[in-house]
Amino acid sequence: MLVLSGIVIIVLGFALRIHPLLVVTAAAFASAAAAGHGPIAVIALIGKAFVDARFLAVAWLALPAIGLLERAGLREQARAVVQRLRRATAGRVLLGYFLLRQAAAALGLTALGGHVPMVRPIVAPMVEGAAERDAGAPLDDETRQRLRAHAAAVDNIALFFGEDVFIAIGSILLIRAILQQEGVTVVPLEVAMWAIPSALAALLIHGARLLRLDRTLPR
Amino acid sequence: MIGLDAIGIAAATLPAAVALHHACDIRSPRRLRNAGFWGAFATTLGAGPWLPDLVNGCLVLAMVALATLGLKPAPVTTTDDATRATLARRWGARLFLPALALPLVTLGGTLALPQGRLAGIALVDPRQVTLAALAAGAAVALVLALLLTRPPRGTTVGEARRLVDGIGWPMVLPQMLAALGGIFALAGVGKVVAGGVLGLVAVDTPFVATLVYCLGMALFTIVMGNAFAAFPIMTLGIGVPILIHQLHGDPAAVAALGMLSGFCGTLLTPMAANFNIVPVAALELRDRFAVIRVQAPTALLLLVFNIAALTLLAFPGSPK
Repeated sequence: MLVLSGIVIIVLGFALRIHPLLVVTAAAFASAAAAGHGPIAVIALIGKAFVDARFLAVAWLALPAIGLLERAGLREQARAVVQRLRRATAGRVLLGYFLLRQAAAALGLTALGGHVPMVRPIVAPMVEGAAERDAGAPLDDETRQRLRAHAAAVDNIALFFGEDVFIAIGSILLIRAILQQEGVTVVPLEVAMWAIPSALAALLIHGARLLRLDRTLPR
Repeated sequence: MIGLDAIGIAAATLPAAVALHHACDIRSPRRLRNAGFWGAFATTLGAGPWLPDLVNGCLVLAMVALATLGLKPAPVTTTDDATRATLARRWGARLFLPALALPLVTLGGTLALPQGRLAGIALVDPRQVTLAALAAGAAVALVLALLLTRPPRGTTVGEARRLVDGIGWPMVLPQMLAALGGIFALAGVGKVVAGGVLGLVAVDTPFVATLVYCLGMALFTIVMGNAFAAFPIMTLGIGVPILIHQLHGDPAAVAALGMLSGFCGTLLTPMAANFNIVPVAALELRDRFAVIRVQAPTALLLLVFNIAALTLLAFPGSPK
C-alpha cells in the first residue's frame, strides 16, 4: 500500500498548488522508495526515463516559426479574416474547428492541429475576434480567458474522439497487442467501428455546448 | 539512419539557442538561472543518451530546483500591436502559408516514407518517421517564415525565446510525468489499485462489470495521466477475464469503449500535462485548471455514454 504514497503526494500537491515539478519529483521519490529503491537509484531512474521520453520535446520545434509569424501579425490577420465573416460567431468558429480536427484525426491526420501551432496563433484569435465583433467592444478579461480555454478544449476533445476511428492509430495497435497476449484476437476495423458512436456523441454533446456558448457572450 | 538520437539532437537546438540568448542578455538579473534551466534541458535532449543515467537525473533535479526558485525571465522586445496590425495588412493571408506548411510537411513526410525508406535507401528509423517528419515540417515552416517576413538579424532566436519564456517550465512537465509513470509502473502502483477495485464490489452482471471497468479506466487515467498506461492494467485485470470471458462481451467493443473511457479521464487530469497544462501556459491563462474546467461536462457525459453503450450493445442475449 505504501507505493500509493506517490498518488497521495500528487493529489495533495496539486490541491495545495505547490510547484508541479516539485510535486512530481517528490511523488517519484516516495513511490520508488516504497518499492525499495534508494535515492541515488531514483535519481538515475528519473534521468533515464526523462531522456527516454525526449521525443515529446520535438513538438516545441514549431515555436521559432510561430514566433516570427506572430511578430509579423499572424494573430491579427486571423482575427481580421474571421471578422469579415458576419455569420461566424465564436461558438460556430469553435464548432468549425472541432469538425475539421475530428475529421482529420479520423483519417489518421492527427498532426493537423495542436495548441502551439494552431490554437494559439490562429484558432484563439479567430474566436476572440468573432466575439469582439459581435460584442461591438473589446472583450473583458474573464470572457477572453474563457474563450481561450474553450479553444484548447476543442483541440483535445476533437482529437481524442476522432483518432480512434482510424485503424492504424497507436491506441488501436495497443488494444490489439494487449488482447493478443491473452489469446483474444480483434480486427482493427471492428475496434475502429466501435469508436464511431462515441465520436458522434462527442460531436453532438460538445457541439451543443459550443452553440450555447454564443448565448452567454455579450452582444 | 535518422533515429531517436538524431531527433533528440534536433529538439535540443531550440532550448540550446534560448539558453545562449539568455546567457548573452547581460541586462537581465536572472539570466544565469534561465540559461541554466534551458541549457540543462538541451543537454538531456541532445546528449542524454550518451550521459550516465545519474548525470541526466541530476540535470533534471537541477531544472526542478531552478523552476521552483522561479525563472521570472526578462521580457524580449518584439513588435507592438500597431506594428503588427500594419504588418498583417501588408502580408495578408500569406502569413498562413508557413503555419500550414508545418502540418502539411509532417503529413506528407509520414505518407511518403511509410517504412522510412527513400528510393530503396533506409533513411529514417521506421518507428520514428512521424517525429522526423514533424522536425522537418518545423524546419520548412521556419524557412518559409524567414523568406516571407524577412526579419532583422537575430530576431528568430529572440522570438523563439519570447514563446519559450511565455510557456516556461511546463515545457519539461510532460517528460517529468512520463518519468513518473515509469516509476509508478516499476513500483506496481497499477496492480495495487486494480486489486483494490476488484476487492470492493462483486462484478457479476454486465452493468456492474462495465461500470467498474469504464470508471476504473477513467480514474486510473486521471492518476497516471495517460490512458495507455491504464489500459493494460484494467483490461488484463477486469476486461478480459470478466467482461470478455465470463460475460461473453464483444472483445472489440470492450476494448474500444474502455480506451475511450480512459480518454474521458485524460480530459479531467492535470497529469496529462501536454493536453491540459501546456495550453494554459501557451494561451496565457491564469487558472491552472481552466482547460479542465471547460472539458469536464463533456468528459463526464461521454463517460456515461460509453458505459451505456457498452452495457446495452456489447452483451447480446444476456440479462442486464
